[in-house]
Formats: sequence, C-alpha cells, structure tokens
Amino acid sequence: MAKKGDWVRIHSIVLKADERTAKLPADTQKCDLQMWTKGFLQDETAEIGDEVTVETAVGRLEKGTLIEVGPYYTHSYGKFVPEIIEIDRQLREVMFGGDK
Amino acid sequence: MALAKDYKSVMGRSNDIMKEALGLDYTEFESGSVAFDYDALMKATNYTLDEINKIQSRTGVGDTPLLELRNLTALSRKYAKPGYGARILVKDEAANASGSFKDRRAACAVAHAKKLGYKGVMAATSGNYGAAVASQAAMQGLKCIIVQECYDSKGVGQPEIVEKARKCEALGAEVIQLTVGPELFYTFLSVLEDTGYFNASLYSPFGIAGVETLGYEIAMECREKYGKDPEMVVCTTAGGGMITGTGRGLLKAGCTNTQVVAASIDLTGLHMASDVQFNKKSCTTGHTGFGVPYATDPDHSDVPRSAARPLRYMDRYVTTTQGEVMYITEALANLEGLERGPAGNTALAAAFSLAQELPEDAILVVSETEYTGAGKHIQPQLDFARENGIEIRFGDPVDDKPGTNIILPANPGLIKCKDADLNHFRKSLIKKAVKKAGVEPTQADLEFLAEETKTDVEFVKKALEEL
Repeated sequence: MAKKGDWVRIHSIVLKADERTAKLPADTQKCDLQMWTKGFLQDETAEIGDEVTVETAVGRLEKGTLIEVGPYYTHSYGKFVPEIIEIDRQLREVMFGGDK
Repeated sequence: MALAKDYKSVMGRSNDIMKEALGLDYTEFESGSVAFDYDALMKATNYTLDEINKIQSRTGVGDTPLLELRNLTALSRKYAKPGYGARILVKDEAANASGSFKDRRAACAVAHAKKLGYKGVMAATSGNYGAAVASQAAMQGLKCIIVQECYDSKGVGQPEIVEKARKCEALGAEVIQLTVGPELFYTFLSVLEDTGYFNASLYSPFGIAGVETLGYEIAMECREKYGKDPEMVVCTTAGGGMITGTGRGLLKAGCTNTQVVAASIDLTGLHMASDVQFNKKSCTTGHTGFGVPYATDPDHSDVPRSAARPLRYMDRYVTTTQGEVMYITEALANLEGLERGPAGNTALAAAFSLAQELPEDAILVVSETEYTGAGKHIQPQLDFARENGIEIRFGDPVDDKPGTNIILPANPGLIKCKDADLNHFRKSLIKKAVKKAGVEPTQADLEFLAEETKTDVEFVKKALEEL
C-alpha cells in the first residue's frame, strides 16, 4: 500500500489504438499510445492498480494507474559479451604484437 | 473555459502554442512561396558567437579538449597505402557539463528562456539532449520536462534510452515516457500549453547557434596546434544539428576548404515508428532513420522551420554499421584509454576509414564524443541485441543486416564506410520542398533551393524537370 507523499510511478493510455490517426506502420497501429511518469502520491492511500493523482517533479498534477512505489532503475552494464574481450585481444595483437 | 485537450483540438492549436513557447513568430521569415529567410531566422537569436561563448563558459560548456588519437591513427595507417592515413583527432565533447555536445545546444536555449522570463523549459528527445536541457535548467533555476519516446508496447526500453531518462531525473527534470509513435508531439504540445514553458527545441535557432562554437573551436585549435585548418571534419548525423552548427562555425572561422562529412549508422530497412522494430535496433541515435529524413525534409521537426539544415553544409554523406561503431568504441577505450558512449563514435568509425583516403600530414577531426554509463555502453547494448534475437558475430561488415545481425569486423581493416548518394538526397529535398509549398517556384525559390542543397540553380532546375 502507498500513502500520500510517497514517490510513485504511474501509467496511462494517451490514445487508444483506434484513436491513433497518425501515419503509422500496421504493428504500431494496433497498440495504445502509453505514458509513464513519476511523482508524489496525492491520494491518502492507494494500492497498485488504483487510479491516482501525483504531483510530478515540476509540480504538475497528473492522473494514472499506480504501478510502482519507490520506483528505481535496473538498467546495467549488461551480461557478459565474450566478443568484447576478443576485440580487446585482437587490437592489442595488431598494435603491439608484431606484424602477424 | 477550459480548452479541449483531445488530440484534434490540441494539434489544431499547434501554431499558437509554438508561438507562445518559442517567443518567436516564424511567419516573419516566410516568403509565401517555397523559400524562407534562413539567415533572418538565425539572426533572430540576436546572440553573437562571442556572446554564446560567454553563456556557455558560464555553465561548464565548450572549450573541450581536442585530442589526437595517436594509436588509432597508427592502426588506421596499417590499412592505408604508403604515405596515407590522416592524423585523427577528436573533440572530447563528453567533457561538457552533462556529457555531450548537446550542452552547447541547450545552454543558449535555456539562457534565452531565462532571459524571457519563462518558469520552465521543455524538450522532446530520447537522446543526450534531455540531460543537457535538464542540466542547464538546473543551473538557471528553471523547471524542466523531458518527453521521451522510450518503450515498445510491452514496456521494454533500450538500455541506452532508459539511462538517459535516469540522467534527466538525476538532474531534476520530470521525464514523461511514451511508447513508440509520432503522437508524442501531441503529448508534448498539450503539456507545453498547460505549463506555459519554453520549447527548448533541438531545432530552434538558439539550439543551432549554440553548436557554432564547436566548429569555431575546432578551427582555432587546429590552427594553434598544427598551424593549419583541418582537411576534414566528420560529424555523427541524426537530426542534423551537429553538422549544421559545426559547419556554420567552421565557416565563421574562415575554414572554406575543410571538407565536412556527415556519418550515420545505416539502419536501412528498420521503420522508426514500428513497435516491433523499435527494439531491433541496437543504437538509438546517429543513424539513417533520423539522418536521411531530417536531411531531405528538415521541417518535419517540432518547430515550424528547423534551424538545422544539414544539406547546406555537407560535402559528403557516409554510412557505417552498428558493428563497426561498437568495435571502434572498444578500440577507443583499449587503444586510447577513452571510454565513451557508442552513439557519438559513429563519426569515429567513419573517420577510421576516411583517414586512409587522406595523406599522412592531413588533419581529420571527429566532432564529438559522448559520456558512457550503465545502459549506454557496448556491453548492455550488445547484450540487449542478443536478448532480442539479433545475431552477433565477427565477419565482414558488408554482410550487416539491420535488425537481423550485428557484424563485428573480423579485423580493423574491414571497417569501411560507404558513400551515400548525396545528390539523391539533394534532389529529394528539392522535390519535397516544392511539393509541400504547392506553388510554381520563383527565381528566388530556385536560388533558395540551391543554397539548401549546396548546389546551383542549374542543379535545382534539373531536379525539378525530373518531377
């Protein structure tokens, strides 16, 4: 449960698929235009999935579905990619390993 | 009475919203025909190069190091004929306040917003520009909203774009994230209207004038260190602001013989507004998906007339592959001790091969580097590609198929940029511009189109005959 003042992430549908009139490829035409933003919860309490209002970092009020409380980033330096160390080995050999 | 905020109503008020949000009336520059007064648009900033330099130096922007890449030069010479292989230099734009050359664009726009009394600034961008605007807004005490095209319909985002969202938030901005599609512009306009913020567009004259210092610095530093102008400057090209501003700056410094080359990653075949293909690309900028449409139709941006007009300044347009750019990024780290973000190295990959066409005493400058970090690095980008079913292997980059594979060059000698057909792009611009205006071009229009394409009236006439 989230309470008023918690930093949360919300989600909303800006345009439903059938409301999208821009020139779009067929696959995108089938999708809703979705939006995410973050802010301080304005409702007294809320559960994930509730329609809520937040006050964003600039002080805007925005409505949406509560999807995350205390949102954080999980992007990283990725999993091991063996080709990268192969590039390193090759470059050092070409540059400093003689004229092979 | 509250204004209607549905799609049609907001888009219908686009011109008025823009006028309020830019403090600039673009109708003043229109001729009513094909031509518009580009010089007047650029002069409308009312800032001289010297004033822009002062604004930038107050905010940690500009005067970045010009580094000679001695090992990469030596490596490139191994694959050149005797006596060939230009000295490769790079402008280390990662040293700007927020980590990219985009600070130059943001500095001027945000300072101008502050001067005009706006309470906040907004920008629509998934790239480094968001961080740049957020950083400048933080320094100027203005609020900032960045609107990003970030996810596919399943909510999956490229690690590179997600990192840029994080950075914007770290610098105090609100980030509005959207799924794929050009209707981003509707959300952007709607929030712009509600907040009354300044539109710190990438394509406003303030943004472009800010990049002129980059070209100017390159010229001055080359003269100081090497006693001559650079033979060639290579610019990573997406929306065209980098090459336009750098080209203008070089000309302002009097570099009339420097060849200005645009370089983009070839993503031919991938549709930029496709939900499925959105995450099939493994780089999110510096590619032909932006480079070509913005070169041939600069005015489809978020301002009525774009100040970025790349074909005016471009002598050549080359393409590289994702694999070549990833490889050269690793080479920059391993051989030069410079770990930088991949997208900015598009021009470096091209430069590595272009240098081999020039004699050893020639100077070739790559106009930028960008910051690197989690997500914005070749390992997460290659890992993400592999997770999305993209084949990654060593081989010959000529076998590269965007969205299907990433071919890492089996040896550095296989890094070979390809020449795109610049005259084809020029003709395309001419035809699109005339079609859009829907009028018979006047003599002034023909001259305008010659300037737009760095050609002459004869070339324009011939292109129009093909219509």
